[in-house]
Amino acid sequence: MKDIALHILDIARNSVVAGAELIVIETKECRGSDRFTLTLTDNGCGMDSETVQKLTDPWFTSRTTRRVGMGIPLLMQSAVQAGGGIDISSEPGNGTRVTAVFSLSHIDLPPKGDIAGVISMLAGANPEIDFVYRHKCGEAEYIFDTREVKEVLENVPLSEPKVIGYMKEMIGENLGELEEHFIKYNKNH
Amino acid sequence: MAKVKSLADLKKMKEQLQSSISLREKSEHPEGMVQVKVAMATCGIASGAKDVMEFFTGNLEKRNVEAIVTQTGCMGYCYAEPTVEVKLPGQDPVVYGFVDVKKADEIIEKYIKQGELVDGIIPVNYETIDNK
Repeated sequence: MKDIALHILDIARNSVVAGAELIVIETKECRGSDRFTLTLTDNGCGMDSETVQKLTDPWFTSRTTRRVGMGIPLLMQSAVQAGGGIDISSEPGNGTRVTAVFSLSHIDLPPKGDIAGVISMLAGANPEIDFVYRHKCGEAEYIFDTREVKEVLENVPLSEPKVIGYMKEMIGENLGELEEHFIKYNKNH
Repeated sequence: MAKVKSLADLKKMKEQLQSSISLREKSEHPEGMVQVKVAMATCGIASGAKDVMEFFTGNLEKRNVEAIVTQTGCMGYCYAEPTVEVKLPGQDPVVYGFVDVKKADEIIEKYIKQGELVDGIIPVNYETIDNK
């Protein structure tokens, strides 16, 4: 996995399979504590504690088409290599939360990658599921919510290629603006 | 600084989108459309399935092909990722392996548009992933 965006694409798929109706994806950059935090929270079917313990084992999977499950182990590897780690909390019937923490200044912090592309792709490929993407950068924050998009679009589906393209540009531009403010702020303080 | 895109701008696009969609719905039913499924489990994503998926979504529409592009899971051909399942209306699905953007272009131009098979088919008795 080359970057954070691809991890998001991969881990969010688990929530889709778990039957989630709402998937909240959050990235948080905090210079003060030198942390980059990625959190995925869903309201899917959840898991018992025994299953949660097995998740970091690459030889464990719920699938029947093959015998390995690399998504969570690869995320853990990325996080540990960058001075962090992962935490998974889940309860049957109550959804799952996956948190990965990276050290922001670590040389092995993966690049963020095409987060706007990944979020719009997830939203377009799973129009029946609601996605929220929240990016926090110091004090500044950007929130993308497919429920708002659906309200605006009414009967136009999110799977429409033009809509996916638009969502990608919208998220990308907003994240870019946030980043710019953040850099300016840091220069002035 | 240029104004960033917002939901308000999307609202303006809505009417235009609505009219193009209603035109399409009148002309065709979903089962009459080309179905493209990009395998997007960990193995697929690590091999570049995201770029392939973006290519199909963007280019099928640009080239006026009525198609549904969706994500699917791993079919067990991790060695051959990214894999793509293509189902033409009324035909059995075909699975292509080692698909990159170049191969995807060939699949659209030759297989989807002209029905001509392209190199790189995974020749197995194939069952769609949803049944497993």
